[in-house]
Amino acid sequence: MSDTLEPQTFRVTRADLVRYAGASGDFNPIHWSDRVATGVGLPGVIAHGMFTMALVGRAVTAWAGAADAVVEYSVRFSRPVPVPDTDEGTEVVVTATVKETTDEGLTKLVLTATCQGEKVLSLAQATVRKR
Amino acid sequence: MPLDQSFVGRSWPATEPYQVGREKIREFARAIGATDAEYHDPAAARALGHADVVAPPTFPVVITMAASRQIVEDPALGLDYSRVVHGDQRFAYTRPVVAGDELVCVNSVDEITSRGGHDFLTTRTEVSTVAGEPVVTVWSKLVQRGEH
Repeated sequence: MSDTLEPQTFRVTRADLVRYAGASGDFNPIHWSDRVATGVGLPGVIAHGMFTMALVGRAVTAWAGAADAVVEYSVRFSRPVPVPDTDEGTEVVVTATVKETTDEGLTKLVLTATCQGEKVLSLAQATVRKR
Repeated sequence: MPLDQSFVGRSWPATEPYQVGREKIREFARAIGATDAEYHDPAAARALGHADVVAPPTFPVVITMAASRQIVEDPALGLDYSRVVHGDQRFAYTRPVVAGDELVCVNSVDEITSRGGHDFLTTRTEVSTVAGEPVVTVWSKLVQRGEH
């Protein structure tokens, strides 16, 4: 078990947001309409916060070895993830560091997610029980 | 207009059961790029001790977001959803959601606060099976941004 997770990079495009909207049922237009997004003061279409949380969750479950190893998982959405209407979209980079391992065999991970060099999550952490 | 403080501490009746489908879990896993066999292949999930394919950790929000309409769409609360952004999200798991689960949600409002012209609403949703087995507790903090 290593103390840090190799940083993982996730590409995010408009197509990903459309697919996530359909799968999750979150059809808020700020995630697919530049007109609506800029109308409420955003730089343009932004990713669903829960999509970013899901990507970070992939890194956590990969580290932990299984979905049912995750005991607790929480984040604060501190900054939006703008997703330009290009083939490349944008990138979210995820890191995880072991903060502590408890006597009950639980491991607390401190997580970060950045987009264009800016942190998009704060207070992000997960508690996992390694299988 | 500030949110109605009288909502704090209130709980709502359990929602109608949500039937967790295998294809819905696969669709959600594909949408987040999760390719692990436990999300897609029932045999692989059974080998890990589950009854059917397992949902990724953030899947419960599909159910709780729909369930929370009970609260956020109540005109008495005074929430303007066009100004709402997602503040915090937290999951505490008893076990993962698995295809075949029939889940009900009991919503509560834990906290309503105001700061810097913004209003904050924290909801808690206890997700359990129709038989009463706890599955996951989900907290969401929504931020209603100020009008300036």
